[in-house]
Amino acid sequence: MSVPGLRLLLLVLISLCIPNVWADQSLPYKIDIGRGGHCVRDPVWMRKNHMHLLIHQRDLTVREGKPNKEIDLRNCVECHASTKDDSVIARSDSFCVACHRYEAVKIDCFECHSGIRKSAWLQRNAK
Amino acid sequence: MNDIQDQRRNFLKTSVGVAAVAIAPGLLLFKVAHGKSDDDSKVRWGMLIDTANCAEGCKDCVTACNKENGLSGGLAPTDSQWIRKIEIKDVSTGHQFALPMMCQHCAEPPCVDVCPTGASFKRYDGIVLVDKHRCIGCRYCMMACPYKARSFVHAPLHDQNPDVPRGKGTVESCTMCVHRVDEGKQPACAEACPNKSILFGNLHDPNSEIAKKIRSVSSAQVRADLNLNTGIRYQGI
Ligand code: SF4
Ligand code: SF4
Repeated sequence: MSVPGLRLLLLVLISLCIPNVWADQSLPYKIDIGRGGHCVRDPVWMRKNHMHLLIHQRDLTVREGKPNKEIDLRNCVECHASTKDDSVIARSDSFCVACHRYEAVKIDCFECHSGIRKSAWLQRNAK
Repeated sequence: MNDIQDQRRNFLKTSVGVAAVAIAPGLLLFKVAHGKSDDDSKVRWGMLIDTANCAEGCKDCVTACNKENGLSGGLAPTDSQWIRKIEIKDVSTGHQFALPMMCQHCAEPPCVDVCPTGASFKRYDGIVLVDKHRCIGCRYCMMACPYKARSFVHAPLHDQNPDVPRGKGTVESCTMCVHRVDEGKQPACAEACPNKSILFGNLHDPNSEIAKKIRSVSSAQVRADLNLNTGIRYQGI
């Protein structure tokens, strides 16, 4: 096979490895995006990179005491918790669960962090 | 001649002041140890607790802490306790008093020294925390802490306060309500004390109420013999 032919084959093979979620806007499963709205970054970029944003900011917030008003897990939850149950993890189509189930990536965040919209949590736990 | 003398003088002045040797901008060959730790930070949060006002039987600080941080308030060995009310009696004199006991936010924290993962750490403002992203739950820090200030979370938790992440398999202790302090508020216990026994503030700001009071009254560290330079000081012990 010629060199351009090899390149083409390689390109096709690589593109097959990229999960659907990265490729375009439409998702192959049902997902409840909650309130949604304007994300802190481009949504398609976020699908692939949200974990880098979170892991970078978490060290700044926890260890250096420099919280970021914009990049904050609580803000993610505030916009993306379902309007039905105020959670990003309660159901199989909840915002975080839907993709993570599809990609078979376990989420550890919510063993410690609350997956409930803070405003709803505060209302429920008011004195 | 005069010029040269001036130059010499300036050279001597600056070289005496220099305590670290720079091998490149921003890169130091060695740094001379500070006489006192963290003296260079503008902020060191601390508390001064007046035991004379701390009423026996009152547990308002403990209740406030439990509510703020989502602790069950249970007293079983497996339940988390971040702050405890302790009542002490000197048997030889009969002198009796009460005080709240929690993480003392040591400037030289043994918990940080022993932590194998770097999870236990001291923030720039003196607050000692567990970074639960790194904690492996080995509990060395619990052994090392002379104040029994730390607890291990044994069971899965649900419905945590969105501002206070806590979870199974990690160690935790008083955070000096870091989430409130970062918003400019006081720790929950200090706010809840009906007798204003807990004075919270910046020990490194000479004009803060706590710094002024700590200069004028006699206060003590619990187990001062350990030289941990605690951020929590007590009056009347
Ligand atoms: S009191 Fe215990 S947990 Fe708190 S900083 Fe000191 S050694 Fe660490
Ligand atoms: S239990 Fe966690 S914080 Fe404590 S020493 Fe072990 S890793 Fe460090």
